[in-house]
Amino acid sequence: MSALSAIFTTTIGRKVIMALTGIVLVLFVLGHMAGNLLIFVGPDAINAYAYQLHSMPAALLWAIRLFLLVCAGLHIWMAVLLTIASRRARPQSYQQEATVQASYASRTMRMSGIILLAFIVFHIAHYTARIVPGMEYDQSLVEVPLVQGGEVVLKSSGVPVMTFDVHTMMVQGFQVWWVSLFYLIAVGLLCMHLSHGFSSMFQTLGLRNRIWEVRLNRAGLAYGWLIFLGFASIPLAVMAGMIQADPSSSIALVELLK
Amino acid sequence: MKLTLKVWRQKNNQTLGRLETYVLEEVSEDSSFLEMLDILNEQLIADGQTPVAFDHDCREGICGMCSLTINGIPHGPDGGTTVCQLHMRRFNDGDTITIEPWRARPFPIIKDLVTDRSSFDHIMQAGGFISVRTGSAIDANEIPVPKPVADYAMDAAACIGCGACVAACKNASAMLFTSAKVAQLNSLPQGKPEKDRRVLAMVNAMDEAGFGSCTNYGECSAVCPKEIPLDMIAKLNRDYIVAQTKSIFTKVG
Repeated sequence: MSALSAIFTTTIGRKVIMALTGIVLVLFVLGHMAGNLLIFVGPDAINAYAYQLHSMPAALLWAIRLFLLVCAGLHIWMAVLLTIASRRARPQSYQQEATVQASYASRTMRMSGIILLAFIVFHIAHYTARIVPGMEYDQSLVEVPLVQGGEVVLKSSGVPVMTFDVHTMMVQGFQVWWVSLFYLIAVGLLCMHLSHGFSSMFQTLGLRNRIWEVRLNRAGLAYGWLIFLGFASIPLAVMAGMIQADPSSSIALVELLK
Repeated sequence: MKLTLKVWRQKNNQTLGRLETYVLEEVSEDSSFLEMLDILNEQLIADGQTPVAFDHDCREGICGMCSLTINGIPHGPDGGTTVCQLHMRRFNDGDTITIEPWRARPFPIIKDLVTDRSSFDHIMQAGGFISVRTGSAIDANEIPVPKPVADYAMDAAACIGCGACVAACKNASAMLFTSAKVAQLNSLPQGKPEKDRRVLAMVNAMDEAGFGSCTNYGECSAVCPKEIPLDMIAKLNRDYIVAQTKSIFTKVG
């Protein structure tokens, strides 16, 4: 069997694909969280960040999106194939089941993964495609001048560069209680999925021994919590009223009014 | 002590099995679990019923024959032991104990609690050997083996091939067994010549036998009577990836 077909057909090969795509997704989640946390710096910071992401060449933007989609797709596809094979390996289940030591997170990877997938589809429809009925975020309401380094960015004609008000969109989104609740549940499951997945990636790639097993398990748990607290802080801050949609307080509008 | 046993009874691989309930009125807490089953069988024979078939051999915890899932845990509640080393004092008077066979498609049930584990033999036949020169035996210690390597290989060689790892795994994966066999031979200098082709062949045989895949959740190692550690599986993965990568550029084995 050639190495190329082996990676897609053998149990270890498929696991290697899951681990490699897992690394990409784990790093993406960290970057995504770091970007989102700019909301605590202020509306102008997160709006400028969003502007930068969207102003990159369309080809590059879509290449990154396609790459992430392929990674997520492969991760899910391999999980499905491996799960089917594993189900087949035990046609008759035990009458009495017991668990000796396996963590709850490790036993529920498939379920947390399925719910996360449902969340990701909703999340993209909600904030990227903006097609969720009743939450389309009216462009005219949420278009604001771009501010970088505390100054309004002007076009050569002297007109300010306008950008989509991501800050207001996030605040409006999380003010809907069930959106925040679904979001919190999803990032909670993400924390669980990562706490097992993080150390599992290293195990699958063979990068673990007896000493590193303990360290990586702890690192995985810490990473899961870091991601959870980072993401969960935003809807919690919105629900608590710490972050409010108030474009008039933006430096940009104050500057423009002068 | 008085015990209620729920024992898996199945005539053969073609028929459906079910749990049968038996009551043992007087069991000494000093008897071993297998002796308790012997007592049950004597009672069944006296009542004119078919005795329960179960695997056992050395009853010293070293042969790997005994293979009972007790209350959902292969080899029972004690860690690092086989069923034959489990004693009834571990249970309480009046307990109900469920006894089932190993459950995995590659381990078809022959009768009651006896399964056919020859799929493990097929994995061994694929790569569980080394090349040696024929003729007179070479002197002991002629090939130097560093102490940490010898220790590691010994830890791996402790595997008795009982199949509890497969039985405990929710995916019925044989990764712990295969990894122990691969790690033992691949880490020693005597096993180096076939290192790459061994890991490829044994993983292939493991997949062909129909075992599930590893989800790294560690139940295998937790029930292993010889406490084979999970890092053997990491080594198996590592050796497999290296061998598979080499095979792109050069002929392996």
